[in-house]
Amino acid sequence: MSGSDEVWKVNRERDAQRETFESNLPKKGPIGEALAPVAGFGVSLRNFFRPTVTEQYPKVKVPTMPRYHGRHQLNRHPDGLEKCIGCELCAWACPADAIYVEADSNTPDHQVSPGERYGRVYQINYLRCIFCGLCIEACPTRALTMTNEYELAGPTREGLIYEKQDLLAPMGENMLAAPHPMVPGTTDGSYYRQEVDGPVEEQVAWVREHRPDDPTLPENRGATTVENQGGGRA
Amino acid sequence: MTATADKPAAEVVDTVTLTIDGTEVTVPKGTLIIRAAEQVGIEIPRFCDHPALKPAGACRQCLVDVASPAGPEGKLRAFPKPQASCTMTVTEGMVVNTQHTSEEADRAQKGVMELLLINHPLDCPVCDKGGECPLQNQAMSHGRPESRFVDVKRVFEKPLALSSEILLDRERCVLCQRCTRFSKEIAGDAFIDLQNRGAQQQIGTFDEDVLDFDGYRPVGAATVDEAGKAFSSYYSGNTVQICPVGALTSAAYRFRSRPFDLVSSPSISEHDSSGSAIRIDHRRGKILRRLAENDPVVNEDWISDKDRFAFAWQNLSDRLTRPLVRKDGELVEASWPEALAAAAAGIKAQTTGDDARGAAVLAGGRVTLEDAYAYQKLARVVLGTNDVDARARTASDEEQAFLGAQVAGTGLGVTFGELEKAPTVVLVGFEPEDEGGVVFLRLRKSLGRQQVVAVAPFLSRGSEKLGATLVPAAPGREAAVLADLPADVREALAQPGAVIVLGERAAEAPGAFAAAQDLASSTGARVAWIPRRAGERGAVEAGALPGLLPGGRAVSVKAARDAVAAAWGVDALPSAKGRDTAGIVKAAAEGTIGALVVGGVSASDLTGDVAAALESAGFVVSLEVRRSEIAEAADVVLPVAPPSEKPGTFVNWEGRLRAFATAIRTDAMSDHRVLDLLAREWGVELGTGTVEAVNAELAALGAAEAAHRPAAAKVKAPARNPRPKKGAAVLATWHQLVDEGALQDGEPYLAGTGRVAVARMSAATAASLGDAVSVEVSTEAGAVELPLVVTEGMVDGVVWVPVKSPGSWVARDLRAAAGAVVSVKGAA
Repeated sequence: MSGSDEVWKVNRERDAQRETFESNLPKKGPIGEALAPVAGFGVSLRNFFRPTVTEQYPKVKVPTMPRYHGRHQLNRHPDGLEKCIGCELCAWACPADAIYVEADSNTPDHQVSPGERYGRVYQINYLRCIFCGLCIEACPTRALTMTNEYELAGPTREGLIYEKQDLLAPMGENMLAAPHPMVPGTTDGSYYRQEVDGPVEEQVAWVREHRPDDPTLPENRGATTVENQGGGRA
Repeated sequence: MTATADKPAAEVVDTVTLTIDGTEVTVPKGTLIIRAAEQVGIEIPRFCDHPALKPAGACRQCLVDVASPAGPEGKLRAFPKPQASCTMTVTEGMVVNTQHTSEEADRAQKGVMELLLINHPLDCPVCDKGGECPLQNQAMSHGRPESRFVDVKRVFEKPLALSSEILLDRERCVLCQRCTRFSKEIAGDAFIDLQNRGAQQQIGTFDEDVLDFDGYRPVGAATVDEAGKAFSSYYSGNTVQICPVGALTSAAYRFRSRPFDLVSSPSISEHDSSGSAIRIDHRRGKILRRLAENDPVVNEDWISDKDRFAFAWQNLSDRLTRPLVRKDGELVEASWPEALAAAAAGIKAQTTGDDARGAAVLAGGRVTLEDAYAYQKLARVVLGTNDVDARARTASDEEQAFLGAQVAGTGLGVTFGELEKAPTVVLVGFEPEDEGGVVFLRLRKSLGRQQVVAVAPFLSRGSEKLGATLVPAAPGREAAVLADLPADVREALAQPGAVIVLGERAAEAPGAFAAAQDLASSTGARVAWIPRRAGERGAVEAGALPGLLPGGRAVSVKAARDAVAAAWGVDALPSAKGRDTAGIVKAAAEGTIGALVVGGVSASDLTGDVAAALESAGFVVSLEVRRSEIAEAADVVLPVAPPSEKPGTFVNWEGRLRAFATAIRTDAMSDHRVLDLLAREWGVELGTGTVEAVNAELAALGAAEAAHRPAAAKVKAPARNPRPKKGAAVLATWHQLVDEGALQDGEPYLAGTGRVAVARMSAATAASLGDAVSVEVSTEAGAVELPLVVTEGMVDGVVWVPVKSPGSWVARDLRAAAGAVVSVKGAA
């Protein structure tokens, strides 16, 4: 007799020893016993007379609870520099391996975030994400937060891998699109201590020199709507 | 070929028995407490301690409680304070209590950790070491959860570029001095050291002008620190690997990845003949960094910067992924079957019919043992020629005879360990620092215990660091110098274990091999051949030389040919004398070779007219990783895999088989597999489809018996010193380790650490040029102009320039090799 046969035999013997099921519910009387097969219709009948609670989604969208874990967002400093430094702690924390980050060095000609390092590639795979929020807790610069957006469905797998431009927060009122130099005389520490509250003239001048058509420059702001800068997929 | 050859005979060692955390352990006398603890599995935290470096006791993290017997009755007496376990050797009856059993030791370690973290920035998220950082790990395991330090941390400007490759973040440094100790003790490049005192103490670079390192300045920019200039070392990358914090980082890897992203694959470096063990760290099919693996019998803990940083070449934009076939003058992508058929048809058209011309194979010195075997088998079985050579450099018949008789199939010869222990080492045509990589570190390990004699035109800084004495020899004259060595060198060579090292440049000196062998037989010294490229020894073993069959069998010996023919199942092997690389290029340029099969050869390494050879050859098939000069001129280009994408074996200079597995899986095929497919177009089963098949064939063939080996070539050494006329000089030249070789492409940070190209001359020779600051070295083919450095003790009438450094491509621009007479002209 092989090992598996032995196991099978033992399991069957154990099954045979099990007690037969007995309900704890009170025993029904004879009428109850006779109506039991159709008793379930009573539930339906009762609900005929109650108000309907069908949500009219997608025609009517009910707001989520304020701390609902929705789509991620990569935030910016008040002057428009990105908060993400490409440290990959979010990717490290992610239990579903949904985040992929590649960092790179900031250079004087291409300063994307304060300090030396920025996230060059940032991808979140929403087919994998379980919206647990551990990435948010891991983020050392509060670059990654979650929005309440829950409409994350799509026809393709590629489309559900959100890239950095899909995740970046919309440009705020006075923000100047990165890359541009840091506020003169500040360090990355100044940004983290919230000592920078908006772009300064030197930064505007730098962007004007390098990207005169940038829609976030004060003179170009009227031409196009700022909301088009980032802020998720349409 | 086993690793046991390096093991010393069992010696009786004095042992000491002590107790660590209540566990009794017996270790050899002189062992450090921290090592003894490791043996019983007790881990003591440490930063400055490194098994390959001398004890320093710099970081104080390894404090433990120690008590040892003292006084006449041997009563156990405790030391009043915790002791650094990395500097204290064990004594009989010692009782050690680590942080696991002693509250005092634990308190002391926590205190040290707190002190180290006072000025350490909290920038782990941006630090490259994050995730594999001993400080981070030990702060988590032995540190306080909360910092009590509330003041402002010390900050420095960051990063300080010690060289274009090595960056220093001084605020992260815990002053363990591993990097400075490595530089002083192992590499001998004491360019970095501690500066200032107290809280401002920091690592910095020395002023090269003060230390008089004229002419050894790196090419790349480095920022100036408190005192000086650039960190110039071929081994600087090791400091990054041993830094226990993120203070030293490499520009190439800075901010590129995290350890948890990386897949690590063990491999063997493809850059020199040492066969250093490396670790390839890659992510999504792209190599991000390479680290040294510990291999006690070969490279110990270290590798050269070239091994570490030069890997970008294989993923540049000119990487070939699909076969190319020339159609209407243009190379266009084609399918494998089409390309193979076109290649075979083209070669057949040239080698058959009425105006049939021969075919030749150039394999290049970078291929693996298996690839070299396939190249030579293709040449001999399919193309019916002995015109096959893997030596893409100056080569001679004398060298070939020496390799066949003394090197091929001899297994493990002189080893790294024996070279290190040799009382005397004579270097002929070999520059350990530039051409040997980790060989230099092994020799330097015996500094003071070993006499190194360099037979060279001048004493390079590399040889100087080995404490070498110079036996001056003009290039090409080494044979005469060896025959007439000073008596004290001869005597030193007679000591048991002495080694004569012949480099690849020994082939440039007529008679040098015979002279070295004569010297060896008269003194009892052993001879080691240390080529430069990784594939050279493998090519010799595989028989990818015109006069050599696998295992050291000579083509000229009929019995040897018949033995190989029988093993390969063919009627007969070609018996005509084959041509070497220079001969093949010359013959092709003259139009006597119809078809060329070229492997990994850079046209700019050869002194012959490669362009003319490619032009005149009727049909050229190129097996290449990247679009090279030769691939551009070829009729069919077959893409092959770089070493990281294939399995294979390099045979290092010792004769040790250094097999490596595929690190990154792609569909790129190895040369031997491509050649196997190509041979099928002739209906020939080459049997080189897999590494296993090739190795089985090689094993079955085995080494040649003595009668089948080539006889020593009769070469007459030049009788007298060349006396160049005024305005002329004898050219001396060799490759610098970091230069513009094809395998170092695409790595600007590494290139920046290479040395500036200079021309070297003796004071007298320089004076004959007048007041020159630079020298124009020229031949009929061209000229190079380089800054002049007057070198003390250099042979008169000789000019030295690097082979392939920025602004000095000797083979391409001068079409000359060492020993040639060139014109020199001074320029103000």
